[in-house]
Amino acid sequence: MKSFTYERAGNPAEAAASAMRRPDVKFIAGGTNLLDLMKLEIETPAHLIDVNGLSLDKIEPTAEGGLRVGALVRNTDLAADSRVRRDYGVLSRALLAGASGQLRNKATTAGNLLQRTRCPYFYDTNQPCNKRRPGSGCAAIGGFSRQHAVVGASDACIATHPSDMAVAMRALDAAVETVRPDGATRTIPIAEFHHLPGSTPHVETALSPGELITAVTLPKPAGGTHIYRKVRDRASYAFALVSVAAIVQRDGTGRVALGGVAHKPWRIESADSQLPRGAKAVMAQLLSGAKPTRENAFKLALAERTLGAVLTAAKG
Amino acid sequence: MQGPSDFELSRRKLLLGTAASVAFSTAPPMANAQTPSTLAQAADVPMSKVSFNVNGKPRELVLDTRTTLLDALREHLHLTGSKKGCDHGQCGACTVIVGGRRINSCLTLAVMHEGDEIQTIEGLGTPENLHPMQAAFVKHDGYQCGYCTPGQICSAVAVLDEIKAGIPSHVSADLNVPAQLTNAELRERMSGNICRCGAYSNIAEAITEVAGRQA
Repeated sequence: MKSFTYERAGNPAEAAASAMRRPDVKFIAGGTNLLDLMKLEIETPAHLIDVNGLSLDKIEPTAEGGLRVGALVRNTDLAADSRVRRDYGVLSRALLAGASGQLRNKATTAGNLLQRTRCPYFYDTNQPCNKRRPGSGCAAIGGFSRQHAVVGASDACIATHPSDMAVAMRALDAAVETVRPDGATRTIPIAEFHHLPGSTPHVETALSPGELITAVTLPKPAGGTHIYRKVRDRASYAFALVSVAAIVQRDGTGRVALGGVAHKPWRIESADSQLPRGAKAVMAQLLSGAKPTRENAFKLALAERTLGAVLTAAKG
Repeated sequence: MQGPSDFELSRRKLLLGTAASVAFSTAPPMANAQTPSTLAQAADVPMSKVSFNVNGKPRELVLDTRTTLLDALREHLHLTGSKKGCDHGQCGACTVIVGGRRINSCLTLAVMHEGDEIQTIEGLGTPENLHPMQAAFVKHDGYQCGYCTPGQICSAVAVLDEIKAGIPSHVSADLNVPAQLTNAELRERMSGNICRCGAYSNIAEAITEVAGRQA
């Protein structure tokens, strides 16, 4: 690990401003992904701003009837919150399907959104990777690509986003609240928060330099049956091959987002309208234009069958 | 017939000889060894002060900011019960309990724990006065090599508290009713602790026994 200086931030705006005063700064909250990457020298910040002291660890009702989840709310606490369990079950389920008990106790809501890909070529610093070293190439293309993206990828990057939580957030139409170094705040819809790789796979989110996530808001409960179904190589503690976050109403309408298939949580609103016609109809739109590799083409059939199982379960 | 003592004697000699040569060869560098803190200062590495409680005792350390909580416990406080397995949060051997919650001590910086209450395997029980979970692991043979065991036990103690606190899991059938203490629940909740020897079924039995006693 490269050495770094360390400070504890006093308030969110101060933390954001402080981030602009020095080069190579990173915020650290749970640290479960950042420290892993720092040990491998994939991340090499010269300065860490510890944001754990900021009072961003509460879950509060919003005026619109939804919930504002503080950036520092731990994954365990978000999953266990009685309001989330009752009204946003897909979110509880997604969180509980991710990582281990130890990691969920530390990992935060904002950090979960910002976690980086688990592409083995991103992790191996001997390999070219446009995400890690822009312009160096992509070793995953033509490499071992069983885990990789089947939709929305580019010639520069076929990595997937590893989060389960973010897939549920996408189905719930969550929004990300931030503060910038000049003190200005803004709200970014989750649909616009994560970027597709395009020709700049190292630019992963809509955040500008020094911008700090303060909360994630959930709109008024959508009702319906909430299901998160994750398919993986082990029964627990493994990243998704494919996951489905679905909210299905009694009349068969609803929303669906996929994990494990793209560089971001994958949802196309027009595909939602196909839900009453079944999984095949949804996937025809949701995965149209998919360009799988020989090794991950199975994800197309797996996604359709997983959604089929979810829709059957939703009928109860 | 050759007596067993002949073999034992020669083996013993061999071991003594090996130990002596190791001690001899390492003696010169040991004499000149610098403490970690003087080494760090010489290289002008950023240091930071942190105070926390470990197993009820206040501790104050000045550390290279890079020091993980695991390395602070093992290398600076010489509490070597917590183990370094993968050092990347994948195996759970480093599990300790901070503020009542289990975490991977390898994936957190020591300087981030100002004022925290940290409990390690050394704080759960002693050889003379085992924690019920430690006694149950012994009784049910919940280990083979023992390397993952301190992490397994810290994790298991915290798991029972998590179930008591009403925290659901991936295998809980209904999110809105209290989780049941089933074998499937324990296995899911313990999935962050890998046992290469494969003592899982005995570990599950040990935890089940303690859970039953607590209930």
